[in-house]
Amino acid sequence: MQMPAPDAGVIARRDAIAARLSAALADPAAVITDPTETRAYECDALSAYRCPPLMVVLPSTTREVSAVLRICHEENVPVVPRGAGTSLAGGSMPTSDAVIIGLARMNAILEISAEDRLVRVQTGRTNLSVTGAVEGQGFFYAPDPSSQLACAIGGNIAMNSGGAHCLKYGVTTNNLLGATVVLMDGSVVELGGPMGEGAGLDLLGVICGSEGQLGIVTEATLRILPKPAGARPVLVAFDSPVTAGACVAAIIRSGILPVAIEFMDRPCIAATEDFCGAGYPDCEALLIIEVEGTAPEIEEQLTLIREIAEGFALLEFRESGSDEESRRIWLGRKSAFGAMGVISDYMCLDGTVPVSRLPDTLAGIGDLAAKAGLRVANVFHAGDGNMHPLILYDANKPGDLERCEALGAEILRLCVEVGGCLTGEHGVGVEKRELMGSQYAPADLEAQMAVKDVFDPGWLLNAAKVFPLAVSEARRGARRGQDAA
Amino acid sequence: MRPDSEDDLAAMIRAASGPLRVTGGGTRSRPAAGEVLDLRGLAGITLYEPEALTLIARAGTPLAEVEAALAAEGQMLAFEPDPRPGSTIGGVAATNASGPRRLSAGACRDAMLGVRFVTGTGEIVRNGGRVMKNVTGYDLVKLLAGSRGTLGAITEVALKTAPIPPVRVTLRLDGLDDARTMAAMMAALSGPYDVTGAGRLPEGGVVLRLEGLPGSVESRAKALSAALKPYGHAEIVQGDADFATLRDFAMAAQGPLWRIVLRPSQAEAMLAQLPGRHAVDWGGALIWAEAPPDWHPALRPGARASRVIGAPAMLPEPDAVTARLTAGLRAKFDPRGIFGGQA
Repeated sequence: MQMPAPDAGVIARRDAIAARLSAALADPAAVITDPTETRAYECDALSAYRCPPLMVVLPSTTREVSAVLRICHEENVPVVPRGAGTSLAGGSMPTSDAVIIGLARMNAILEISAEDRLVRVQTGRTNLSVTGAVEGQGFFYAPDPSSQLACAIGGNIAMNSGGAHCLKYGVTTNNLLGATVVLMDGSVVELGGPMGEGAGLDLLGVICGSEGQLGIVTEATLRILPKPAGARPVLVAFDSPVTAGACVAAIIRSGILPVAIEFMDRPCIAATEDFCGAGYPDCEALLIIEVEGTAPEIEEQLTLIREIAEGFALLEFRESGSDEESRRIWLGRKSAFGAMGVISDYMCLDGTVPVSRLPDTLAGIGDLAAKAGLRVANVFHAGDGNMHPLILYDANKPGDLERCEALGAEILRLCVEVGGCLTGEHGVGVEKRELMGSQYAPADLEAQMAVKDVFDPGWLLNAAKVFPLAVSEARRGARRGQDAA
Repeated sequence: MRPDSEDDLAAMIRAASGPLRVTGGGTRSRPAAGEVLDLRGLAGITLYEPEALTLIARAGTPLAEVEAALAAEGQMLAFEPDPRPGSTIGGVAATNASGPRRLSAGACRDAMLGVRFVTGTGEIVRNGGRVMKNVTGYDLVKLLAGSRGTLGAITEVALKTAPIPPVRVTLRLDGLDDARTMAAMMAALSGPYDVTGAGRLPEGGVVLRLEGLPGSVESRAKALSAALKPYGHAEIVQGDADFATLRDFAMAAQGPLWRIVLRPSQAEAMLAQLPGRHAVDWGGALIWAEAPPDWHPALRPGARASRVIGAPAMLPEPDAVTARLTAGLRAKFDPRGIFGGQA
């Protein structure tokens, strides 16, 4: 992974910079320079690529984040924001001249309003613990990325995270009402408002999903929803992935909107069976479809889904009759990534395609994998076309990672060709940065970079992400006083 | 000027020296100076895949044509824009026009999957796409939604569509004062009833909408009626005509009209100060208020108000940082300032 050469001048001034930052914080221990401690921050969940940062700062308040950013701005030091470090795209991977601003200490609940159906939190708060704070009053926070036990709201906002249930409830941007944002120069701004509406332009909308490149979101106002009366999954088994894909399109077309439609193919089913013994049927592909409501409402929806599925040569339609059976239906799906990790190294892709193109995209991925001589397992959110092909490889075998990455790039280009995109919920980060040109023309990227120019004119904030390095080079180079032409 | 293609439009913008006023049907515009740049020549639905819940249309396509194409396949725009005669889909997007179902289904910006637009320098830019989940690069779609033509002329919009629910009913409660109006809406919106509209009609009457499969709507209507007992007897009416009244309130307004967006917990105090005919939508988060020209609302923290008919006014003024960012973005996307006065 190519990263910009670190700024030797910044590295040489490390101790002076650390001293200024310590002086600006209530707890001087919130600045970490000890190399054994900063090592914990050398990567996120894209752990193939690592680099210890210059130092780590753990502020406790918006005011402290503002002070830290102002100093870094004055000192011309690159900054990498970090939530819980669960990014699969290298969104919080540092360079050796960068200060990491970690949100770990900022996990307070600031306000819960049942009347206004919102919760306001500091953004180091984990996703699941937001629901934990409001469920006593009958509410939940809808976006549910699979890392929700660990991932922070700040990272969710940076990546506009999704989850299994966004078919019905939307992704982070659809559930974010407001944000306190600290810009690189230390200025603080409140974006959004009631119903998410701010003054004039939708700046909140562009902050969400900007991968920590425009500002650091320190506080967030999130929409909370009343918990549904109940939920029940069914498991539907098919004799081919293509048939399962066609069934998904037919369900969506029918007008029923389940809260989740998840897909797994044979390699993935086999791995999870060995791993957790969920008792899945022996089949080429399966769907887990979850519907919500009271018992009669659930029955009504499942009857319709069954009628549709029966038109697609299904092998089994397994309805859950109890909480335990529901748990077992979800068990294999929720264990899928861990199970794959046991049998092989893998790379997880995140391309999205139109639901109507699921069957031929699955076939196309199979062809590309066969040609590359690598195995691919599929497990993904089928209802919204967000695919997660897992390419299996052997990290100890020379050249295997490179072959895997080359296949990954081909699969993502296929997703773009059929009308989809490179990433549906993980983000671009460093991982897919160099592929951006396959989805966007130079003018499209220029327009996006123009937004960063406004929020962070010096390109100090998480600057080596999202855009191909060659495309952003002039702007990043200008920071260092190099020739920007 | 009336371009026939996106390239034409880009050439006209590059050649323009004075201010331009980008319009569609002109049904949601505010008064502004400049030569009219009429986008109705860029019309037509370019893609509609009902099984993928996706429709793409050029900006000048009449909203009515989009709605008709969707209805023929049993689908709709979930965000329920008011159907102003002559309105175009580009105008809907550029103003983020969103009706009562915004409460549950989100605004126009939430249904927008992708845009194409031409900047003030004549660059053609594409952002987003046509798929439901997309975090590839910055979300300029949201930035363009509701930008009123100040950053670029939107030429094409990709939208997420939604199935038309087979059954709709409205629960109606009459005779509630402001406090009990808000309490009844809160009770309805805090429980598992999946309410897709909640407001108070201009003539009074709290209305709550339920939609979905027949059995589901029936059981939720029963449960919701029971939960609303403390507020009186909820009459269950088939259909949702009352929500068209709420949706179209601004179209039917007489004289100056304020649009006030606030927390529902602030609504009761706001309702007490209103001088004239008004309506409540979005469970108390939106208030439409007719008012004499010299009237201004007193806002609690976080609330916003704009006078949408009559002399333009916006309260509160944007803070200094927001103003700086807004000016910076306008300078980047329209460095010559030719997309003049619609801010």
